[in-house]
Amino acid sequence: MSEQIATPNIALEKPGGKSRLLSLLDSRYTPPVFITLILLAGHLSFGMLESYQKTLLAIAASIATELVLSRFFMGKWPHLASAYITGISVGILVRSPAYWPFALGAMISITSKYVLRYKGRHLWNPSNLGISALLFLASDIVASLSIQWGNFLLPLLVIWALGAVIIWRLRRFHITGTYVVFFLLFAVLRSWMTGSPMLSEISPITGPEYQLFIFFMITDPKTTVKSKKGQCAVAFAVALVEMVMRLDRVIYAPFYALFFVGPAALLIEMWWQSRRVQAAPATA
Amino acid sequence: MKRGPIARAVLAVFFVGLLMVPSIFRRVAADRQSAKTRLDMKESLARHGFYLQEVSKAAGVDFVHQGPTLDPKLDGIMPEVASMGASVSIVDFDRDGWPDIYVTNSKSGSKNALYRNMHDGTFKDVASEMGVADVNKPGTGVSMGAVWGDYDNDGYEDLLLIKWGQPELFHNDHGHGFTRVTEQAGLPKWINANSAVWFDYDGDGLLDFFIGGYYPEDVDLWHLTTTKIMPDSFEYAKNGGRKYLFHNLGNGKFEEVSAKVGIDSRRWALAAGAADLRGTGHQDLFIANDYGVSELYLNDGKRFHEAGEETGIGFSPKSGMNVAFGDIMNQGKYSVYVSNISEEGVLIQGNNLWVPEDGTPAGTIKYQNLARDMGVELGGWSFGAQFGDLNNDGNLDLYLTNGYVSLDRNRSYWYDFSKVSGGNSTIIGDAKNWPAMDGRSLSGYQTKRVWMNDGAGRFVDVAQAVGVTDTYDGRAVAMADLWNTGALDVVVATERGPLLIYKNTVDPSNQWIEFQLEGTKSNRSAIGAELTLYWDGKKQVQEVSGGCGFAAQNDRRLHFGLGREPKIEKAVIRWPSGKAQTLDDLKSDELYKVKEPQ
Repeated sequence: MSEQIATPNIALEKPGGKSRLLSLLDSRYTPPVFITLILLAGHLSFGMLESYQKTLLAIAASIATELVLSRFFMGKWPHLASAYITGISVGILVRSPAYWPFALGAMISITSKYVLRYKGRHLWNPSNLGISALLFLASDIVASLSIQWGNFLLPLLVIWALGAVIIWRLRRFHITGTYVVFFLLFAVLRSWMTGSPMLSEISPITGPEYQLFIFFMITDPKTTVKSKKGQCAVAFAVALVEMVMRLDRVIYAPFYALFFVGPAALLIEMWWQSRRVQAAPATA
Repeated sequence: MKRGPIARAVLAVFFVGLLMVPSIFRRVAADRQSAKTRLDMKESLARHGFYLQEVSKAAGVDFVHQGPTLDPKLDGIMPEVASMGASVSIVDFDRDGWPDIYVTNSKSGSKNALYRNMHDGTFKDVASEMGVADVNKPGTGVSMGAVWGDYDNDGYEDLLLIKWGQPELFHNDHGHGFTRVTEQAGLPKWINANSAVWFDYDGDGLLDFFIGGYYPEDVDLWHLTTTKIMPDSFEYAKNGGRKYLFHNLGNGKFEEVSAKVGIDSRRWALAAGAADLRGTGHQDLFIANDYGVSELYLNDGKRFHEAGEETGIGFSPKSGMNVAFGDIMNQGKYSVYVSNISEEGVLIQGNNLWVPEDGTPAGTIKYQNLARDMGVELGGWSFGAQFGDLNNDGNLDLYLTNGYVSLDRNRSYWYDFSKVSGGNSTIIGDAKNWPAMDGRSLSGYQTKRVWMNDGAGRFVDVAQAVGVTDTYDGRAVAMADLWNTGALDVVVATERGPLLIYKNTVDPSNQWIEFQLEGTKSNRSAIGAELTLYWDGKKQVQEVSGGCGFAAQNDRRLHFGLGREPKIEKAVIRWPSGKAQTLDDLKSDELYKVKEPQ
């Protein structure tokens, strides 16, 4: 998920004339507050959480892991908003009758930030990696949320509207927008190719899993490329890989698509930047 | 990163270790929960104390269930929506002291079967001559289940047949035939029902009955005016059929009183059972709903109030398909087993074993789900399940059948299913948006579970070892001592498959006792009577049931395993009328016929 969604650049943009609400929207607390609201709304309206304990366990494991690893490897106490989002994301998206996957998913997510690094950057969106790992390695006991939100229109509209406003304020709506447009185009294409009803192909994006995916996961600044065009290209690539996986009937296609495309895009960006840096003195 | 390469290497090892945790858990769970080796009878008896042998052919039973074919508008997903109807109920309809078997069929024009026990190890289908075979006539719907209860207290069990269609009531004419009394009884023209249970909710000595609707009652599945008939949510649907409670007026007529007594729900009911869960003397009603939470209607003798959340069972929406009661810890309290869906890599709902918490105030109850802790959580696409002491060791075991749609083994419908089930209600609720199945399986060819209770809080699956190796799409499970041998046999109705009769051979050193109860002031079927047996410092409670499991009814006779060389202290019966009766001087390996004292 978008564990680092409020980048320093964005966080500094707090003109005095703005309302406190808008300032709040710009802050690094916005994603945690938003995701908490989603969780509470989902639970109070639908009883979404199977148990508070499992979600709290994921949050606690995430925060504890972040505290230990950051202190030990970075030599500083971390800001906990990121770990909180990771924990709560695992708590919402993982579905298992057992307790241990919630702790394990959170720990894998956070630890990946410190292990899977290249040139000082972690490559995978932590919760995307943690959840993908659980779905792949513990499929006998773990599934992902796909239905817990109810299937009704009002909560969908509220979350989409709120999410769109916040993402717009954080200047990352183009990522979400690009992905949604191409998801829909590819859904039409899939329907044409497979003969499946068009609404069945569009159906997944109307579910809760995608609300979290679209607003939190693919917009994570730490694991997306820097340029706006590049971000749109990556969103397109995620939708494309997901489409290919869907043609192969992969149930958790969006998670796996981001798992493969996200790090690949970052590596390409790093390679491209290093080439430019090397080329710069020569041209100068 | 401020730390050096050694620290980073340690961290990398730690990370790899985290990734390996699931495989460690999987290995430990597999070792602990299942005995996968197939054994022959001798080995199975030595190791587990019982062996189940499928004997339907030898017993003269060649029944094969035929599934419904609904409106052509549903053709694409027909195997999924027309996936129920196989049911089994045990009844001694002719009072000859030998359990008989009634099974339903679900193709339009097909016939149900009533297998009379011939006392020699075989059965004979007498449904046609008794008048309860030709009940799936075109235009009247098709059978989904049957439960038996003596509604007029004449000593013979009457038949309540539920359908996706017109429910039917048949009066048992002293074991010589059945008379259809549907209209006289006041039953409605059409209910799309999968669950029904007989119980005397108000304790007036006359059996009442509950019917739980699945599809809404205004839907004729053979003549659809719209394809918008599916649940509007996979886990929060409330657009299913209504519920009915028919109060027995005593003159052959029934009055529908659900709204009057506080039962009001449009969840998609798939199973129901009634038991006195709080020791109040009144049977409470537990309903397992598909596409949502279960409901528990607490009964004060006149009215019900829904207490799902209050009792802890009404929070996690799943796909409830079974209600079975069992005193699994020999504590004199019922746990409730509700089956759900678990499919590796897709959907892990887990079955629920609702165990009552200790220390709740009198008249109240609170449950916790201990299915995982006790090892009975994962059973595939689970359907019918029943508790019964299969090896007569004094602990109730659990038999679970499963499997939804077995078509092409190599192609699965799960991807399509998951795509639509998570979507908006307007998409999921319309059958035309569901991709065609095209011969794909949906949780098909699943292996069954026979969970043996060790008496110390753990169940171990021994299905393969004790002879339960079928992979049919199982629906209903019923238990009965079919051949009066002191062993619980298991009958399984399978969808579009054969009726399976598993004859049980038990280690003879484990002893047993059985009770056949008959009410006088209470309803004559004694449904709701509770018998607590005390032996060897243990106690176990069982109740005469008017239907439980999924589309099933066990024999009304109560069977207790006792273990080796038991010392029986007493049996205490609490009759539905409130009377208590104590039986002393009981001997093992005996069947006791007990009439309620006047």
